[in-house]
Amino acid sequence: MSPPPSESAASTIGGHSESGPAANVSFDAELARAGANVNSRWGMALFLAKRYPLGGVGLAIVTLFILVAVFAPLITGHDPLATNPSISLAKPAAAHLMGTDFMGRDLFSRVIYGARTSLAVAFGATLLGVVFGVLIGLASGYLGGWVDLTTQRVIDMLQALPTLILAMAMAAALGPSLTNTIIAIAIPKLPSIARVIRASTLSLREMPFVEAARAMGMSEMRIALRHILPNTLAPLIVLATAGLGSAILVEASLSFLGLGVPEPHPSWGRMLSESAAEYVRTAPWLVIFPGLAITFAVFGTNLLGDALRDILDPRQRTSN
Amino acid sequence: MEKVAEKVSADTPATAKTVLEVEGLKTYFFVRQGVVKAVDDISFSLKAGEKLAIVGESGCGKSMTALSILRLVPDPPGRIVAGSIKLDGKDLLKLSDAEMRKIRGNQISMIFQEPMTSLNPVWSIGNQISEAVMLHQNVSRHEAFDKAVEMLKLVKIPEPSRRAREYPHQLSGGMRQRAMTAMALACNPHVLLADEPTTALDVTIQAQILDLILELQERLGTAVVLITHDLGVVAETAKRVIVMYGGKIVEEAAVEDLFENPLHPYTQGLLAAVPHLAALSTQAGEAASRNRLKEIPGIVPALVNLPKGCVFAPRCPHASDVCRNEYPPYEMKQPGHGVACWHAGKLAGGAHA
Repeated sequence: MSPPPSESAASTIGGHSESGPAANVSFDAELARAGANVNSRWGMALFLAKRYPLGGVGLAIVTLFILVAVFAPLITGHDPLATNPSISLAKPAAAHLMGTDFMGRDLFSRVIYGARTSLAVAFGATLLGVVFGVLIGLASGYLGGWVDLTTQRVIDMLQALPTLILAMAMAAALGPSLTNTIIAIAIPKLPSIARVIRASTLSLREMPFVEAARAMGMSEMRIALRHILPNTLAPLIVLATAGLGSAILVEASLSFLGLGVPEPHPSWGRMLSESAAEYVRTAPWLVIFPGLAITFAVFGTNLLGDALRDILDPRQRTSN
Repeated sequence: MEKVAEKVSADTPATAKTVLEVEGLKTYFFVRQGVVKAVDDISFSLKAGEKLAIVGESGCGKSMTALSILRLVPDPPGRIVAGSIKLDGKDLLKLSDAEMRKIRGNQISMIFQEPMTSLNPVWSIGNQISEAVMLHQNVSRHEAFDKAVEMLKLVKIPEPSRRAREYPHQLSGGMRQRAMTAMALACNPHVLLADEPTTALDVTIQAQILDLILELQERLGTAVVLITHDLGVVAETAKRVIVMYGGKIVEEAAVEDLFENPLHPYTQGLLAAVPHLAALSTQAGEAASRNRLKEIPGIVPALVNLPKGCVFAPRCPHASDVCRNEYPPYEMKQPGHGVACWHAGKLAGGAHA
């Protein structure tokens, strides 16, 4: 493996480094050096999948879950909400692949449709967290002064509370609904994203290209959004991807506690909570299948996040 | 663009009108230790198409003069406290921030010292040049990109349409400085401030970049302020030279005049500190100690709470009591040759040995 080039923001300040602060810039060049066909997207994807097999597995799992969520009605013929007391707690069989729950609802359809809920929450909360986290971090780092001071103290307070406790408090305060669950999960994400963006912004705003942009007559807003923000994207992508898994987990936990996505949306977490206490011995499939779905979704996003971190951040690389 | 070039180059520098007039400019930095007078009462003017050099050691206020002209002095702690900067008769210090942004990059451009880091690593150079064009001219993205390619061709980057799609890390230092020059000149500015444009480059590339800047300024009729500490660069490029020390102008003259007949002891020291190849080779056999390069003793003073008197006095071989007590007035000793030194009359002719 080629030695890590000095792509970190900190190491290039005032130096004569060949590459800029952003990891995604000399990324192509580095891949080319390692033997990838950078001119074709597929060539690059193939190269990356070979070098990071676990990342490839993660990407496959995440893609599978997205496809399942999108094409849910085509995959299962059963209505996930239809109850049928006559087949209550049926064992997994050809008609009902994963059996039925105590109300006779088809568990397979509920797990399939549950992917929609989980992914909606995971992507929604991540997107919301990223948008506001980036705005807060960018404003804080670029403007400095009292803006920085006040936002950082608020961030400190948010960060002092454990993620789940904060999400529970938010969910309890906002009331149960899909949107509120997304907001409740997004808020605990803000501090880490805002911190990362603020840190890169602090070093980037001292770069000569920022002064050069000012000398070209660009406004501060334009410099912040067009010249500083794109340079912070590499760590942001990593953070956002890695955060997908935790968002799924937090949603499951909230739903398990009855604070998450309400009925009738099928949610993996609530499926567990409904079944765990009463039916875990008599109908273990009610616990096993939603549990597996959560496990694989989190596993997949974490693998993908780890691989992206390795790809985009050379400092984290080990010699493999 | 071709039309503009023809129109301006028709004027001869002697009759050309004044584009930039700086008067009594004072840029101070208010820090905990006191007031740093980075630029202290500076006046000069620049005619259309003129080549002016500002020389001096590090920390004597050259770059701050350039940043003051663009009103880019970091505030706080810096502030322009007095003076006027007139561009085509319009005082820049009285403009709003939005009006000032229309001047920057459009009528006054700047090339920086660090070509390695003065371009944004995430955008292609064509993209960055066309952004500058779109900022100041009402053109489409496509037209701006064509303009960027044209500018890259003008700065002699081979295969400009392919290079325009490349990122800064794919270009060498010299190429990047060419791209910076292309960006700075893309909107046809009246004034180009070049702040040590060749310092970070190796010597062979330095000459190329200087030649390029000079060729383009003649073609486009841009007035150039070249900020440098390299007297060799000054001799090759400028017509008129301003020597700065301690935030003040200590001497101003035509370039030949300054090299032949420097009046200020600081200028004399600077010239004596330039290694002379001829002197070295004729006396090569003699004791090396006698041929040691001359230097100016001491260092540039910190500009915090300067004592009264001439700033250069502590390092000056000719300093007398009057130098230590009162700052010398800036006087025209000869036509077009001004100096601020109590002993300038006596020292005339006593140049580099």
